[in-house]
Amino acid sequence: MKLVIDQVHKRFGERRVLSGVSLDVAESEVIAFVGSSGSGKSTLLRCVNLLEPIDEGRILLDGDDISVPGLAPDPIRRRIGMVFQSFNLFPHLSVVDNVALGPRKVLKVDKRSARAKAHELVARLGLADRADAFPDQLSGGQQQRVAIARSLAVEPEVMLLDEITSALDPELVGEVLDVVRELKASGMTMLLATHEMAFAREIADRVCFLHDGRILEQGPPEELFTSPREPRTQQFLQRVIDSGRL
Amino acid sequence: MSDLVPGASDLPGTSASPPDSPGSLGRRQLFERRQRRRSALIATASTAVVVTALVIFIPKTPGWYKVKRSFFDGDVFGETFPLLLEAFVKNLQIFAWCTPVILLWGLLIAICRNVRTPALFPLRLFAAAYTDVFRGVPVILTILLIGFGVPGLGLDRPYNSPYLWGSVALVLAYSAYVAEVFRAGIESVHESQRAGARSLGLSSSQTMRHVVLPQAVRRVIPPLMNDLVSLQKDVALVSLIGPIEILRRAGIEKSKFANFTPYVGAALIFLVLTIPETRFVDYLVARERRRTSGTAVR
Repeated sequence: MKLVIDQVHKRFGERRVLSGVSLDVAESEVIAFVGSSGSGKSTLLRCVNLLEPIDEGRILLDGDDISVPGLAPDPIRRRIGMVFQSFNLFPHLSVVDNVALGPRKVLKVDKRSARAKAHELVARLGLADRADAFPDQLSGGQQQRVAIARSLAVEPEVMLLDEITSALDPELVGEVLDVVRELKASGMTMLLATHEMAFAREIADRVCFLHDGRILEQGPPEELFTSPREPRTQQFLQRVIDSGRL
Repeated sequence: MSDLVPGASDLPGTSASPPDSPGSLGRRQLFERRQRRRSALIATASTAVVVTALVIFIPKTPGWYKVKRSFFDGDVFGETFPLLLEAFVKNLQIFAWCTPVILLWGLLIAICRNVRTPALFPLRLFAAAYTDVFRGVPVILTILLIGFGVPGLGLDRPYNSPYLWGSVALVLAYSAYVAEVFRAGIESVHESQRAGARSLGLSSSQTMRHVVLPQAVRRVIPPLMNDLVSLQKDVALVSLIGPIEILRRAGIEKSKFANFTPYVGAALIFLVLTIPETRFVDYLVARERRRTSGTAVR
């Protein structure tokens, strides 16, 4: 698996959200996007998942341009998992059925084996006893773990995590981050947009600082967090430190 | 004056003691119980006054004895009521076969209206035109136009049956209403649900079928039932093109006895069905409201 983001531009009406973002992602690499709200982190992830069409540039997955207009997006999205800030679980389905829906409909697995696999996956994420619960009966942390399981169930090659802990109570953040650590240990390629600087520092192989729709600075976490070159990055990190989040 | 208004009990009463003094809870409760009793008493008294006035004054109106004779004649009632009940079976039949067709057809129209593929734009256009036309024409006109118009084509039995074309007219009109209800339900499902489903690789039709529709349908069950209660009453409109259902039967009996009591009997039969139905819908709405306002944002 190799993902290449090449000079991607995205506008919403008059507003430029991404102005030429380029990035090469290697197999099993974990990349964290940091930056203030509105810097384009989430939009970039949504573009990679083809939830937003891009205006210019290319996105290559294993050398194939997946951003060609008119290309059927469904088989590509299957290969790129996405987890959202607000979980987006299906409220009318139980935990197991949330996880099994993708395999049943996209991978065409029969219902029984899809549910059996879903049970395994849910158990792996520590939710075996909540398998038959409905999303609104779960805590935020549990819901987000189900959302990760649901995404993993269609066997993606890369995972996009869009501020997956931002909607959680502080004491529930840890259980979700544990899952991400395990994913990294299993060799999953991941792009994550996050406000959790300490976590980005711990887990990322590379941190990209986004500002005004550009990657202003990138590098290994130690380097970027301890000796940022750009004044904007320094300002941003200073604010983060001042608010006690690093 | 404010202490005479029911519900004013949540206002701090003049006699209420400071809330943190010992025993204030008991005193507060006593005060509220007194207020509740007083509200109940006032409600009972005012109802009694109004009812008594009606019972005393209506019979004193100059035309009362005539109205009583022509609308509330016990003998006529006893003689016609079984016939009305029998005719009402026809209404129930029409209702029973129209309902599933309306629900299916309405759902289909609603889905067409939500189609986002450009190639299928004509479907969208058709669905929009359909709902505009049939919601914009009074049901009674649709029934008259179809009920008299289509059999005029000179079709053979059974294709010239007023039952058939009356039912078709009801289906056309009500599926337009029902389609709008379904459409509102579909649009009420948050975009993030679609994003969640599409990110897994589900196609747009799979997303509609397995994620959007199940949620949409659940949400619109109460308004749908409201439409079905209306349909049950509007079945009586097909009497205009011939079928002998309850309204027409009541009309026939009215002419026979030169007495309006059969109409009152027909009204009673409708009420026995529609009042419990509307109460049930109210209950569903209240339950849904409790459910949705009680849970956290997902």
